[in-house]
Amino acid sequence: MARPMTMAEKILAAHAGLEEVEPGQLIECDLDLVLSNDVTAPIAIREFNKIGVDKVFDPEKIALVPDHYVPNKDIKSAEQAKIVRDFAHEQGITHYYEVGCMGVEHALLPEQGVVGAGDLIIGADSHTCTYGALGAFATGVGSTDAGVGYATGKAWFKVPESLLFKIEGELAPGVTGKDVILHIIGMIGVDGALYQAMEFSGSAIRNMDMDERMSISNMAIEAGGKAGLIEVDDVTRAYMDGRVEKPYTEYHSDPDAEYAKVYEINAADIQPTVAFPHLPSNTRPAAESRDVVIDQAVIGSCTNGRIVDMRQAAEVLRGRKVHPNVRCIVIPATQQVYRQCIEEGLMDVFLDANCAVSTPTCGPCLGGYMGILAAGERAIATTNRNFVGRMGDPTSEVYLASPAVAAASAVLGHIGLPQDLDEQE
Amino acid sequence: MQFKGTAHRYGRDIDTDVIIPARYLNTSDPAELAKHCLEDLDVEFVNKVAPGDIIVADENFGCGSSREHAPIAIKAAGVDVVIAKSFARIFYRNSINTGLAIMECPEAVDAISAGDVVSVDADAGVITDETTGQVFQAQPFPPFIREIIEAGGLINRTKQKMN
Repeated sequence: MARPMTMAEKILAAHAGLEEVEPGQLIECDLDLVLSNDVTAPIAIREFNKIGVDKVFDPEKIALVPDHYVPNKDIKSAEQAKIVRDFAHEQGITHYYEVGCMGVEHALLPEQGVVGAGDLIIGADSHTCTYGALGAFATGVGSTDAGVGYATGKAWFKVPESLLFKIEGELAPGVTGKDVILHIIGMIGVDGALYQAMEFSGSAIRNMDMDERMSISNMAIEAGGKAGLIEVDDVTRAYMDGRVEKPYTEYHSDPDAEYAKVYEINAADIQPTVAFPHLPSNTRPAAESRDVVIDQAVIGSCTNGRIVDMRQAAEVLRGRKVHPNVRCIVIPATQQVYRQCIEEGLMDVFLDANCAVSTPTCGPCLGGYMGILAAGERAIATTNRNFVGRMGDPTSEVYLASPAVAAASAVLGHIGLPQDLDEQE
Repeated sequence: MQFKGTAHRYGRDIDTDVIIPARYLNTSDPAELAKHCLEDLDVEFVNKVAPGDIIVADENFGCGSSREHAPIAIKAAGVDVVIAKSFARIFYRNSINTGLAIMECPEAVDAISAGDVVSVDADAGVITDETTGQVFQAQPFPPFIREIIEAGGLINRTKQKMN
């Protein structure tokens, strides 16, 4: 009988061909998917070429998603995207997504059924932890790990300890997955889960749709987490069935599995939350942030660019106008989300409200393009990081929030809540 | 491996966006990246850093994005070693994989001041503040990690194993 294990430990053990693993153990695992993008793949390809093998280990288990600086923002970005494109064609990579088919990687790959429960995934992008929401062990790595992954289909791991976050009860109306994860990061800090796997459970999680669950897992890295896992349930199965290409495996944590720490959180205590500059852990209730005047709102990204996020933003913006001193940039994260916005009439809501709506791109989230801030400017964003200079000039500021709070703030001209708009009208 | 250089002292949670801002990620050329290393944190860094220098920082160095451009920029700027109280996980991995020497030693970080001359014996994990004469012992690497370091990084280790 193997020792009781968490779902993270079970997935790692299965991929290392071991019956059991324990925290601290160094293991080599077989990978189900190796992901990289237009910023990280060029270095991964350079490193892959140094190894001296001609072919990748499996062209169906590599995903190349140009999304950071495409459609190409400048000549240098065009060169990088071209390196990725040429490599994808040369190697016959199945999951290469050209402009027109692509989306922000961590919204695109779950949507397209490329990732599923029980998978072990490395991605040369820190937000690879998003797929934990589907019950996968997915973690961000650098380009060299990805390049070695292309060649061998393997990676080394130190089995992490697990932290359990039990969020029980009902979330207040208007409180979203984004608020839950900002609340947790505020509570434990940006290294509160360093080298550890975070596991989110409890009735508040079980009652949440997949899009909001992905927002939670997505930001595990902002607490230093190696992965952000959520147990597979009927919501996960309904999302994966008919979508995930290959058979998936459910791993459930044993009831007596060991956690380094268990956090019990009352869902009702979580408020709409804003992370102030310059750390995602610098959180305050949105209701106490109304004195922050903003110049820009960004609604999108791998954290909050899915259809549920678009609906939440549109609900607030419907019949209203963005404040004349604010630029509101809406970026549906994939082509499918973009099309759904049109079909559901959300695009009309955004355009009527005077939002700029962009084709999918990571763009402004990391200060690439499509909404860069000038010196001293402030943005509210549904993105994931608010570090110094993250969205532009080093003296600009980013405030992280949910789509509803960002949309309400765009109309108000300062940070605020959707209910403030009702009072104003 | 032996290193000796001047310490540049920074605080906690030094993220990879300030180590190399994303506006420069449209290239992966080490020399180009080195020109902008740490510029959003300390605009003077690239002017004052000399080959062989050492970065000394508090907890969670290298947090945030997985960009390998960060250890590449630090190395190409001339820095041989980063000593910190702790490292963010992906940065730790990237440094080991790419051959940037890193050491975890909270006591040394607390004792070393900016401008001190510091020498490091990376194999023995010994850090000496030559300015004050204090000697510190860093956390040793597990054997598996040492194997990667000794091979000269993950690519070399992979080559050895595959060929």
